[in-house]
Amino acid sequence: MSLDKNDVERIAHLARLQIDEADKPEYATNLSNILDFVEQLGTVDTENVDPMAHPSDATQRLREDVVTETNQRERFQKIAPQVENGLYLVPKVIE
Amino acid sequence: MMHSKTIAELAAGLQKRDFSSEELTRATLERIEQHDGSLNSFITVSGELALEQARLADQRLAKGEGSALTGIPVAQKDIFCTDGVLTSCGSRMLENFIAPYNATVVERMNAAGAVMVGKTNMDEFAMGSSNETSYYGAVRNPWNTAAVPGGSSGGSAAAVAARLVPAATGTDTGGSIRQPASLCGITGLKPTYGRVSRYGMIAYASSLDQGGPLAQTAEDAAILLNAMAGFDERDSTSVDTPVPDYTAGLGNDLGGLRIGLPKEYFSQGLDDGVAGVIDMAIGEYKKLGAEVVEISLPNSPLAVPAYYVVAPAECSSNLSRFDGVRFGHRCEAPKDLEDLYKRSRGEGFGAEVKRRIMIGTYALSAGYYDAYYLKAQKVRRLISEDFRQAFDKVDVIMGPTAPTVAFNLGEKADDPITMYLSDIYTIAVNLAGLPGISIPAGFVKDMPVGLQIIGNYFEEARLLNAAHRFQQTTDWHKQTPPGFE
Repeated sequence: MSLDKNDVERIAHLARLQIDEADKPEYATNLSNILDFVEQLGTVDTENVDPMAHPSDATQRLREDVVTETNQRERFQKIAPQVENGLYLVPKVIE
Repeated sequence: MMHSKTIAELAAGLQKRDFSSEELTRATLERIEQHDGSLNSFITVSGELALEQARLADQRLAKGEGSALTGIPVAQKDIFCTDGVLTSCGSRMLENFIAPYNATVVERMNAAGAVMVGKTNMDEFAMGSSNETSYYGAVRNPWNTAAVPGGSSGGSAAAVAARLVPAATGTDTGGSIRQPASLCGITGLKPTYGRVSRYGMIAYASSLDQGGPLAQTAEDAAILLNAMAGFDERDSTSVDTPVPDYTAGLGNDLGGLRIGLPKEYFSQGLDDGVAGVIDMAIGEYKKLGAEVVEISLPNSPLAVPAYYVVAPAECSSNLSRFDGVRFGHRCEAPKDLEDLYKRSRGEGFGAEVKRRIMIGTYALSAGYYDAYYLKAQKVRRLISEDFRQAFDKVDVIMGPTAPTVAFNLGEKADDPITMYLSDIYTIAVNLAGLPGISIPAGFVKDMPVGLQIIGNYFEEARLLNAAHRFQQTTDWHKQTPPGFE
């Protein structure tokens, strides 16, 4: 699998990552090498093998649908980059 | 020489009031101050908090209360959230992140009376095998400061090896407790997946991550696991089975213990010197009455490739939470929301983290999911089945923890795949979710070699017993790096 600069840009956009222009060729090489390396997985027959998502194949535990968390808004917002009146601020989204 | 003592020895001293926890904690803080300059094993030293905890521990001890951990200084890997203390996860992204709550592991250790002296350095978001991906600078191996300590729990391993602290916590997603324990000549235990709560442990690859102890001895690891392990309803994958007293069976006889040696772990890429040390260690177990059986884990060559699909896929999802909005790094003057996300993340994450996020994003993207993620999960099942079959025939599996002793800083930093292969013997254990321990077994060219012991699910007590008996008849675990005696 050989990725080029455009692939790196497309993947970086999907992951919402800014990649410096100068670093893109190196990412293209490294990511291609890693994908080549994992190609080995194709050498084994996995027909009729169930995918394993979790070591003990456990299902999600359920609990009563009750409130368990207390409101700690001020505490949690103290470490936020920008807040106002209890709201997180981001650049304008709707014109 | 207080600093060279084990937890068990220190606990005896505290109980007899030979010294107080406050004295012990002050001595520990001084030793970190004196020696950590050459190692960089700590990101944060929390001296005031430690002394406060030490005084409380002394009050408990004076009343005859507490546990084997009460008053013992420990370090927490900087991946565990600590209320009111910087929790950076080795990343610029969390350079300003003062955690607003404690991880369960931290809470449980606090309740046991342990004294937290600081937060240890680590590969950024636990992604690395050399501790060179930390934003806070590489950690150095106390046995040779030109060499890496391993990773990602490199700071914890170096700090314990240099006798700066008697014990530290780590996390292990593909070998991140066992490999640095091996490279630094200490004992490191990765418990069964689900045994130790992941709540408040910053997630890398959630189906693989597991916290555990790093210490001088198996006995100390047992004392630590007693405090760390247990059901936690706040971790949806925490397993609700009783926690035994891990110290209870340490002295059990090893007569008749069936040890499996996977032939795949003694072939390609294994350093001859390391192989020799492991052979000697197996010989020691035979003297202790164990039987040795050759076994095969035929799919083990596929463990590293399977891991480098599963782990990046999970990391790309987990690390999407770092968006520059609610906490962590935010770029200057974003022009719109997309710019805010992209630049905050681009600036906050280092190169290896970005690589893994991108591999995972690609593997999960439309049209590629079946070929990569689903395929890797199927191979994961095959790898896990290999172990299941092996444990029908043997009680434990032994082999090297890492294919070589510690390599030099910079030696593998430019080649991700060579770096990934240093976890060739540890990664399969995470894919299967099994427990594994690394213990000091000898030296090659003055650098420590670790023996890995892998057990069946929830058989930590058996691993600790096997490790402890070896440590009763050998003194590899008592060796201290020159300059840190």
